[in-house]
Amino acid sequence: MPALDTWVAALLTLCVFSFLYRDNPLYRFAEHLFVGASAGYLLAVQYQNVLRPNVIDKIGHGNLLPLVPLAMGILILGRMWERTSGMARWSLAFYVGIYSGIAVPSYLQAQIFAQLADAVKPFEPGWGAVNSGLVLLGFLSVLAYFYFSSPHGGIHGIAARVGIWFLMVAFGASFGYTVMARVSLLIARMQFLLRDWLHILPSV
Amino acid sequence: MAAGRNGFWQRILGIDRRWIFLLVGIGTALPLIFPVNLPVAASPRVKAAYNAIEAVPEGSRVLMSLDYEPDIMAELQPMSIAVLRHCFRRHLTPIILTLYPAGPGLIERALAVASTAEGAKNYQDYVFLGYKSGNQAVVLGLGENIKGLFPKDFYGASTDSITLMRHVNSFTDFPLLIDLSGSTIADYYIRIGASRYHRPMILGATAVMATDYYPYLSSRQILGLIGGMKGAAEYERLMGIVGDARRGMDAQSLVHVIVVILVLLGNAALFATGGIKPRIGGGS
Amino acid sequence: MRFGPLVVTFLTGAVLIAIFFIPHHRAQETQSVILEWADIVYTFALVLGSISLWAMHQKKVQQKGEGWIYSVVTLVALLGVTAFGVIQGVEAGTVVGRIYNMVNAPLASTMFSLLAFFIASAAFRAFRARNVEATLLLVTAIVMMVGRVSVGEFVWKGFPPLTEWLLDVPNLAAKRAVAIGIGLGAISTALKIILGIDRSYLGRS
Repeated sequence: MPALDTWVAALLTLCVFSFLYRDNPLYRFAEHLFVGASAGYLLAVQYQNVLRPNVIDKIGHGNLLPLVPLAMGILILGRMWERTSGMARWSLAFYVGIYSGIAVPSYLQAQIFAQLADAVKPFEPGWGAVNSGLVLLGFLSVLAYFYFSSPHGGIHGIAARVGIWFLMVAFGASFGYTVMARVSLLIARMQFLLRDWLHILPSV
Repeated sequence: MAAGRNGFWQRILGIDRRWIFLLVGIGTALPLIFPVNLPVAASPRVKAAYNAIEAVPEGSRVLMSLDYEPDIMAELQPMSIAVLRHCFRRHLTPIILTLYPAGPGLIERALAVASTAEGAKNYQDYVFLGYKSGNQAVVLGLGENIKGLFPKDFYGASTDSITLMRHVNSFTDFPLLIDLSGSTIADYYIRIGASRYHRPMILGATAVMATDYYPYLSSRQILGLIGGMKGAAEYERLMGIVGDARRGMDAQSLVHVIVVILVLLGNAALFATGGIKPRIGGGS
Repeated sequence: MRFGPLVVTFLTGAVLIAIFFIPHHRAQETQSVILEWADIVYTFALVLGSISLWAMHQKKVQQKGEGWIYSVVTLVALLGVTAFGVIQGVEAGTVVGRIYNMVNAPLASTMFSLLAFFIASAAFRAFRARNVEATLLLVTAIVMMVGRVSVGEFVWKGFPPLTEWLLDVPNLAAKRAVAIGIGLGAISTALKIILGIDRSYLGRS
């Protein structure tokens, strides 16, 4: 990266980090710049990768079929005004219908059937059977917890309580990993500031 | 005496959070400047991912989807470099794409590092197809007609004319899928590539997401899992290379210890004060 | 005004479900075309969002609302990056490509990295073992944070295998149940939408 670009990136980084001391004009400037630049970038990318090749170029070559999605896209813009907002329903219906249709078989295959098949397999041999048993117990008890159609009383209540314990262990594991993830992002920013900007760390 | 003890714990609990921020900042910077080089041991799931690539016959093409942007590149960029280097060392040909609009710039950087280190060349050792908008739609399309989705590669060459793209046009033409992702795109590859098209698959994910994919490991929908920067460091260790992930592990260790000490301190205060609420002071 | 869109939802949903079971290449090509159209519609949804963003900040500037000068920054950035990106492209070497490396990438990374500080502060203030469940969560989190980093093995050799066991047994069990729950929820919601039972996406009548 050229030196000027590195300096701009580093100064903007420090503007954001200044929020840790207190909210201030530098942070607010960086935040608003980020919002505008990100939205602009997304628009530009969608134009270059979707609108231009799939609509403009195709219509330019005499293929009029893209006029259909183009019309649906323009209908979406009708949401800007109260009188025309109803027109956007056609486009929304099209979009929502597509992804609802894709979801049904793929979730069934990959998340329901595959996971259920793995849940009811025979236990591992030897001491592994203890772990297999615990996995089955945890799976059933968490399912019992998520069943809210009847009150959690009696055996159902006991199973749900066990399920909560398994969920707490899972959430604890997720929290630990989340800390790891956030710290990793900070480490990367520090590496950028110390290596690429201040040259305190050796280049690689 | 009790009031004095309570006053002490009150002060601990009421500490201005900016001191905690400073502690975390110093805990991150110091180990980077003065590295200790703590050893990194590879976990079974990362070894499984490594072994899955080892098991692919030399000369095969593998489909690599590198789906991340700068906000999560800290975890996934070192992973990409390590996995790319592994593919090059094994003389596998990665066919690379991304479903993130800001991905190409990062992937070009990763390819530059990996190909320089292993002596790999574009169109001889890898093909970079570039970015395609559509997420799930693209993954569905990869199952049927890759060249239809990517008539040209990232550099403008017709995919029909690229020698390495001959005889590959769908998931079924690859012995292995590799997805390094920081979002639900991983789910699309598992649901479509691994489950519908029954392709062996390994997954690299951010640490935030990694714990959610253990059920898919158990059901063998994915063969291996590289989770976060630690996973990337473990992969680098298996490769015998030192990248940004391994360099960051000392800082990771120290900050984790700081967070654990803070949590234990907070709970010690709770027990010492019998659960008295602290007066919180300072901070924005 | 709602019956027509409901029919569209039903037809598109039913067609996409059917195509899953039809391996014929014509069916798959139809799916590709439909999904390409969806991407075009999505692009206009992004345009709508950007117009809303523009309108919100423009109003603030016109009315000289609190912090209006920052809204000028947003408007200039939005207009400038969009214009350069549409005219010149977004690849490396273009103006937008350079802006991305100088502005978007570092700002995005840094915004996310702030969370490391806040998670440490929040853990200190709020992470309390007040009952059995919270204690389980806390102990697991501590074991994971120590056991998954290099220092864990120095503290106790048993930390790495313990973290692997926590991930492979209780975590797997709970996440499997959650995954199935999510899958069932997604399928039931999708079917309700396709069959017209759930019409919330159409907005108020």
